Amino acid sequence: MADDLKTWRELPVAMIVDQPGNTVEVETGTWRALRPVLDPSKCIKCLICWVYCPDLAIERLEDDSVKINYYYCKGCGICAEECPTKAIQMVEEGV
Amino acid sequence: MEVKVERQIRTGLNGDEAVAYAAYHADVDVIAAYPITPQTIIVERLSEFVHDGLLDAEFIPVESEHSALSAVVGAAASGVRTFTATASQGLALMYEILYIASSLRLPIVMALADRALSALINIHCSHDDAYAARDSGWIEFFAENVQEAYDLVIAAFRVAEDKNISFPAIVNLDGFILSHSIEPLYIYEGQDVVREFLPRREPIVKLDPDKPITIGALALQNYYIELKRAQAEAFEATPPYIRKILREYSEFSGRKYDFIKKYMIDDADIGFLVLGSTAGTMRHVVRKWREKGRKVGLISLTLYRPFPVDDFRDAVKGLKKLVIMDRSYSFGSPYAQLYMDVAATLYDEPEKPDLINVIYGLGGRDFNEYTAEEMWEKINRPGVKKIWVGVRGD
Repeated sequence: MADDLKTWRELPVAMIVDQPGNTVEVETGTWRALRPVLDPSKCIKCLICWVYCPDLAIERLEDDSVKINYYYCKGCGICAEECPTKAIQMVEEGV
Repeated sequence: MEVKVERQIRTGLNGDEAVAYAAYHADVDVIAAYPITPQTIIVERLSEFVHDGLLDAEFIPVESEHSALSAVVGAAASGVRTFTATASQGLALMYEILYIASSLRLPIVMALADRALSALINIHCSHDDAYAARDSGWIEFFAENVQEAYDLVIAAFRVAEDKNISFPAIVNLDGFILSHSIEPLYIYEGQDVVREFLPRREPIVKLDPDKPITIGALALQNYYIELKRAQAEAFEATPPYIRKILREYSEFSGRKYDFIKKYMIDDADIGFLVLGSTAGTMRHVVRKWREKGRKVGLISLTLYRPFPVDDFRDAVKGLKKLVIMDRSYSFGSPYAQLYMDVAATLYDEPEKPDLINVIYGLGGRDFNEYTAEEMWEKINRPGVKKIWVGVRGD
């Protein structure tokens, strides 16, 4: 990885990023301390978690059920806090 | 040099009005500013120019200086010519955005009507605000009089927007002493004249919906230091380009501009170094002192950031003593701000003058020929290194 890093001489002015959409490559899931775990049997498909997620870590499926994207989810816990049926529980990572 | 009077008008304006006319004649596109004494007249006049249809610009009235500079950062990133103005507490409120503007290499021009920072509340001149910006990556000019305030704002746009420079620039004018004093000066007949010196901005990069880019992204341990290294290199490379533009402007205006101004310094034993309007006072004082047989001379800086190291070293050659006059104070530092630049600049020189730091004029305390005489008496005391003048009790 270190071999890919540029020297200061190679940087564009003000380090602008001229290739849009590359945030998808950033794996923010590694920042997570608590993992949201969904119990589908309690989910009423209200989509409140999907609306409230400050990132795009809740994926909305065809039938309005949801799936958590652990590649991006930073584990903030807002979905679990907002879920009216307590279908999402925050579980400590690595336990 | 000959002033090209056929395209210029002799008039009388105060420093703030002169700055407003300069931004108007520079055909600025976006202005965002918040009124603060002693800068208020700049913003008032510009809002009138826009309202009256004289200046085709977007005038954004904002709720704070933090927002003012943020708004011009956004505007500048879109590729247009941008201007703001502030003073003192206003500059303090802009502080975090100062670094963003320079790191993003946005050529914003700001007029700073230098004013003391509180407490206690004071609206008059100190250079606290000018010094507060010194490490932030902005080019800084100091005007000595109203004419220079007008000229330097126009020149600052060319400097900031030059493709080899592309950094924001501040033009300092002493609060009230210049901002509110009406002086005679030449201004151009209008935008058409200035456009010949200052064509439309051609941005290096800009925000464009058809070609999206990200500016101001995240750079942690992996890239931040490389960004700063590149920024430092770019900033340190600016002086030759700034010099070229100031020479071009001198030719254009018929008024000479360079990094530093020297007066009777070549054969002097004791030199004085000042920023801003005190240069005028000290030039008068130096002339008077010469008549008394005192071998004195004066250096004043038109360019303060980047510090004109080579010009300065050259200017002080042969001096036995150099008196650095600071209109501010750096608490906890051995000496005040300008002194520290000078000490660092001269440290490696094989022969250098003895340095004395004079603190003067804080909060608009008048500095006149009587204060100068007090300064003369104090600097000639044995072993003196740092003194205050014009203060009761010393």
